[in-house]
Amino acid sequence: MTDLLLTNARVIDPEAETDRLGSVMIRDGVIAEVIYGEAPAPGRVEMIDCAGMCLAPGIIDIGVKVCEPGERHKESFRSAGDAAVAGGVTTMVIRPDTEPAIDSPEILEFVHRRAVADSKARVLPMAALTKSRNGREMAEIGFLRDAGAVAFTDCDSVIEDNKVFGRCLTYANALGALVMGHVQDPSLSIGAAATSGALASKLGLPAVSPIAERIQLERDMAIVEATGARYHIDQISCAAALPALRRAKKAGLRVTAGASIHHLTLNELDIEGYPTFFKVKPPLRNETDRIAVVTALAEGLIDIISSMHTPQDEESKRRPFEAAASGAVALETLLPAALQLVHAEMIDLPTLWQKLSLNPAKLLGLPSGRMATGAPADLVLFDPDKPFVLDRETLRSKSKNTPFDGRRMQGRVLRCIVGGKQMFEGNS
Amino acid sequence: MAFSARHLLGIEQLSVPDIQSILDLADQYVDFNRKSHKHSDALAGLTQINMFFENSTRTQASFEIAGKRLGADVMNMAMAASSLSKGETLIDTALTLNAMNPDLLVVRHPHSGAVDLLAQKVKCAVLNAGDGRHEHPTQALLDALTIRRAKGRLHRLNVAICGDIAHSRVARSNIFLLGKMESRIRLVGPKTLMPSGIDQFGVEVYDDMAKGLKDVDVVMMLRLQKERMDGAFIPSEREYYHRWGLNAEKLALAKEDAIVMHPGPMNRGVEIDGEIADDIRRSVIQEQVEMGVAVRMAAMDLLMRNREVPSGRGVMV
Repeated sequence: MTDLLLTNARVIDPEAETDRLGSVMIRDGVIAEVIYGEAPAPGRVEMIDCAGMCLAPGIIDIGVKVCEPGERHKESFRSAGDAAVAGGVTTMVIRPDTEPAIDSPEILEFVHRRAVADSKARVLPMAALTKSRNGREMAEIGFLRDAGAVAFTDCDSVIEDNKVFGRCLTYANALGALVMGHVQDPSLSIGAAATSGALASKLGLPAVSPIAERIQLERDMAIVEATGARYHIDQISCAAALPALRRAKKAGLRVTAGASIHHLTLNELDIEGYPTFFKVKPPLRNETDRIAVVTALAEGLIDIISSMHTPQDEESKRRPFEAAASGAVALETLLPAALQLVHAEMIDLPTLWQKLSLNPAKLLGLPSGRMATGAPADLVLFDPDKPFVLDRETLRSKSKNTPFDGRRMQGRVLRCIVGGKQMFEGNS
Repeated sequence: MAFSARHLLGIEQLSVPDIQSILDLADQYVDFNRKSHKHSDALAGLTQINMFFENSTRTQASFEIAGKRLGADVMNMAMAASSLSKGETLIDTALTLNAMNPDLLVVRHPHSGAVDLLAQKVKCAVLNAGDGRHEHPTQALLDALTIRRAKGRLHRLNVAICGDIAHSRVARSNIFLLGKMESRIRLVGPKTLMPSGIDQFGVEVYDDMAKGLKDVDVVMMLRLQKERMDGAFIPSEREYYHRWGLNAEKLALAKEDAIVMHPGPMNRGVEIDGEIADDIRRSVIQEQVEMGVAVRMAAMDLLMRNREVPSGRGVMV
């Protein structure tokens, strides 16, 4: 494979927490050298002048829904992979909440085959923790792990039975497997389309209190403590959940937490007028909650940012708000939306890339996510300031359900490199 | 400036002059409706379709009579409950209706915001006859007309709205309307049936009915849905009646000339004592039904007049 030298770049190194001019040499699909200061003399290598733009490890996105098997009309590995690399996502860690669920080694094998054939981005599958995500029978965690499942989760289907949940955690832990959970008490959150409060009351929407998140988190932490399992919380979205998370981490539990890009950048005021593209799960919170979650992210209490990419077709969204499907596509908007937090000076670029790349890599034991010699050359080159107005019709996802349609955003991906190969080049 | 919108979707979007113009015209229709010959050609040649995705006898009948008295061709489409679960039929239905060229759609739907959604998709005027827990604008307007005729004004009154506020679109529309008219609103009922964040609505909230009814001009009772016992909102009908049902003793705390209202249908012995409901000196419940027809005639008449306004003007949604 030819060598590639990326020069004159603002190199974002989340591990060293640095952001400075340098060059990156790629050889055989891995980072051969990161050189700061003067650019190396041009040799017999292909060179790209990055013109002072940002070069960072590619995003590792935990919790992407690709709708294969079952709903390929909403999203396929091809369309999701195209959207991913256009958004700077080099690894999609995909959710098992498909139809049928990814709950057997046979289905995992199918997914693997499809992903390899069609996706420009790397794909790492998660598998269901219980069969059909029904919360009753444990999935074949051992077989699934051998077949390549990197984590186990029933996604937004919460295992209510404490015995079942405890045994799943115990069994998974014995295999060293990571479990990811959704912390919303189902008896409270069932049917909810909004967060309870004056706005939901005015709109007349069924609503859930943020307390549902705290209740489920407290239960999960008790069982994590009892079993010693490794546990990742998919989404923290409100202030009410933060004290329990802080206590759990302080007590040394092996717990990490994520936040979705939508809860970090949008608030409930957006649902006025019933636009269903803003219906996500858990529902958008108020501005106080959003600020609390962003602060927890900057402080390190929340480890990971995810897109929670959830394609929905027009049919399932063009309904009355409470009857419409939840979720939003986000692979292509994750980076510019996350940069809003940088432009608002709530977080700096190296810290942001800890949340987008380094911490997800650490959680899953991946060598990527770093700007270091020997790490896979999964890189994204982007202009952090480039302004644009998002037009949902330009998205590469088959589904266009983005809440950012028509919004002014900043930050464009210029190139995306996966394993040393350029998989995307945008218009500068 | 008279009411000039294309649709009537909620009270929230209306201005005070909008409300006054609807009520003023409705007053004229009250007199009209009391004549022996009650037929106008105001809506002659126009097609009105009543689409009720939720069962209703009274409201649907009221809209039907209102349309017929104005000379419209009125059609009732019974939307089967089974088609509801397939939400996409709402859009499909809208497209189908467009092709039939109606002039006015009167819509009731169990989901909040569904009527707004429909209004975005059809070419004709849409009148909200109740959407989920959101709004029921003609009910608030008929209540306002009833109050205005009984009290001579809508401002600086003390109005108590009592009962299941959380699940009530009637309460929401009345809160918006009476708030715009600068009346003082009290909400009376169990805390479990109050919507969250209600303190931000510019109202006073009372758990104790005796305190809530003290010196009010208007007592507005709401229907208690029987299924509220299931979700543990209240323990029993008899305890509810004891604490929040309107009887003579509690009514005595209100002003001597206070009027009693109820949007119907009533649960006698649950939220209201039967004798109070029938007491023609206090209860205006029958008058509310009469005002309902007049208000709906006025609203439909104005919407159809606005329809003739060249496009680009008067669109408010």
